[in-house]
Amino acid sequence: MPRRLSILIAEDGAADRMLLAAIVGRQGHHVVTAANGAEAVALFERERPQLVLMDALMPVMDGFEAARQIKQLAGNELVPIIFLTSLTENEALVRCLEAGGDDFIAKPYNPIILEAKIQAMHRLRRLQATVLEQRDLIGRRNQQLLDEQRAAKAIFDKVAHAGCLNAPNIRYRQSPRALFNGDLLLAAQAPAGRMFVLLGDFTGHGLPAAIGAMPLAETFYGMTAKGYSSNQILREINAKLKLILPVEMFCCATLLDINLGQGILRVWNGGLPDGYLLQAGGERLPLRSGHLPLGVREATVFDDTFETLPLAVGDRLLLLSDGLLESCNADDELFGEQRLLSVIDANSDRTTLFDDIQEALHAFHGQILDDLSLVEVNMIAEDRPVADLSPPSYPLGSKELHPRDWSNRFELRPSSLRMADPLPITMQLLLQISPLRCRIGTIYTVLTELYANAVEHGVLLLDSTIKCGADGFATYYRERQQRLDELVEGFVSIELTVKSEGPSGYLRIGVRDSGPGFDVQQALNQQYCSGRLGGRGLRMIRQLSERFYWEPDGKVLYVEFHWSGHA
Amino acid sequence: MAEHLDSRVLATLQEVMDAEYPVLLDTFLVDSEERLRLLQAACQGGEAESLRQAAHSFKGSCSNMGASLLAELCREMEETARREQLDEAPALIERIEREFAIVRILYRAERQRWHSAG
Repeated sequence: MPRRLSILIAEDGAADRMLLAAIVGRQGHHVVTAANGAEAVALFERERPQLVLMDALMPVMDGFEAARQIKQLAGNELVPIIFLTSLTENEALVRCLEAGGDDFIAKPYNPIILEAKIQAMHRLRRLQATVLEQRDLIGRRNQQLLDEQRAAKAIFDKVAHAGCLNAPNIRYRQSPRALFNGDLLLAAQAPAGRMFVLLGDFTGHGLPAAIGAMPLAETFYGMTAKGYSSNQILREINAKLKLILPVEMFCCATLLDINLGQGILRVWNGGLPDGYLLQAGGERLPLRSGHLPLGVREATVFDDTFETLPLAVGDRLLLLSDGLLESCNADDELFGEQRLLSVIDANSDRTTLFDDIQEALHAFHGQILDDLSLVEVNMIAEDRPVADLSPPSYPLGSKELHPRDWSNRFELRPSSLRMADPLPITMQLLLQISPLRCRIGTIYTVLTELYANAVEHGVLLLDSTIKCGADGFATYYRERQQRLDELVEGFVSIELTVKSEGPSGYLRIGVRDSGPGFDVQQALNQQYCSGRLGGRGLRMIRQLSERFYWEPDGKVLYVEFHWSGHA
Repeated sequence: MAEHLDSRVLATLQEVMDAEYPVLLDTFLVDSEERLRLLQAACQGGEAESLRQAAHSFKGSCSNMGASLLAELCREMEETARREQLDEAPALIERIEREFAIVRILYRAERQRWHSAG
């Protein structure tokens, strides 16, 4: 349906002006008229008509100049200008267009064609107005989206930085927008001086990619603080992601379980590019993906087998997201694994490796890219005594309970030794004892040592000298797994006793195994012990606890933690 | 009359202008006298570009009003001025003046006819 417009007619010939005003007026439009260009510009400013019919040749100011000024005054708004001319020369038509003319109409005027052109221009006007409106709407929505992402990121950072990403031995590079690129980096001190590092890369971008990161981080930090093993954490994360993510979404991830104290690195890589263990001696060992990403497999078929590697002070660990390898430069070349490896191999001073890689990326792309993640963990000697290890920083929600008088004993027999990990459940119990909370990390360390000793040396009768050989680690853990699989008898029992009188009290942990027992005193005196819990481990237990004693046959070890007053 | 005024154009004008029709005719005649003066001045001053523009505008006006022959003469004038053949201009202006004199009579007659018909 034709719209009524307000139309400015600029024409110096009185008869032409009158005729045109009559034609346009009869078609229902509102008309204002000007006899020259200067008048037209002034009228335009005052009346703001929606369309202009402009004669090209006029005194005072011609139509070309008037058209230019009107277009400028109109700004973003489209005010169509139709030139009234019987111009036959190309040059003049070009001048009309250059001045901002949108169409022409020749004399003599044909009312039907004139109205058709006015309506066509009006459609153009509406289109332009819609485009502007939508541009502004998109602009506002985009701003809103950015604000929301900022808020979401602030919340996420509270969760993600609950850990120890800022530890002095960790360097990482992640853009502030990494969360919305689906990249996720978490690191936490686990009990017993261990550290867990997880680099994840969700499929997809934007909010959906970021949403999966939240439960992942929560699970990672929550379970780490509660003393769960890396296997259990991984299983839980996988199960949770499988449950909440749509089918086409998953999370490629590498989880590092770093135990520098025992010299063991455990790695699980599902779908991320190779990470690297760069040994102090110069060896480069790839940390290969051997699994499907997290969130793909059902819990029943999920494979949480970690690769076990030896680890020593001076080693470095390097993890990266595929954004690093798959980033393209201006010539559409991939950065690629070969380039990364040549940077690593060319590096002679490991302390500059991280910078070398960054520089190589910068040189390759000529700019800083913001869709890749790179993290380096440096194995530095723990200069603080183990006893000072800060307790888990993750806030535990359980309410404080008063100490009681109780004891609890449980025994794990072969099938349970194969499948179960008694430590988290034990830690759950012990976390209820508020005076001990601040020492929970220490208690975990001690309990881990005692339990591992009981299982590996008491029940499985493993010889830890195996670890010393070239492939010692792999051999030892393969042997451990095999003996555990074949185990038909034997047990480990853990007895917890808690007693308190007034503000003071103690926790006693007793660990017994079915093995032949050993000479604890002799082991304590030895620098290294071949067959049993190492002298180092025993001395550490003695150092960390208030009392350390044992049955004469060496089959039961006891450790006591005491408290007094208000801890 | 047919070669001087286009009766189909006049019929359209009459329909569009309705009661204003005689005013339009008068306006055109007054306007045209002014345009003729501009033509003469430009010609005498030897200003080819001014002459061309004046002829161009007059041509457009005449075509709108259905003065076909006058429009055609203006077109020739415009063309001559574009080629800067100013020596041919005075003769052409004379022809334009003569044609305008005829057209003026015809428009006045048209106005009379409209009044008596209305």
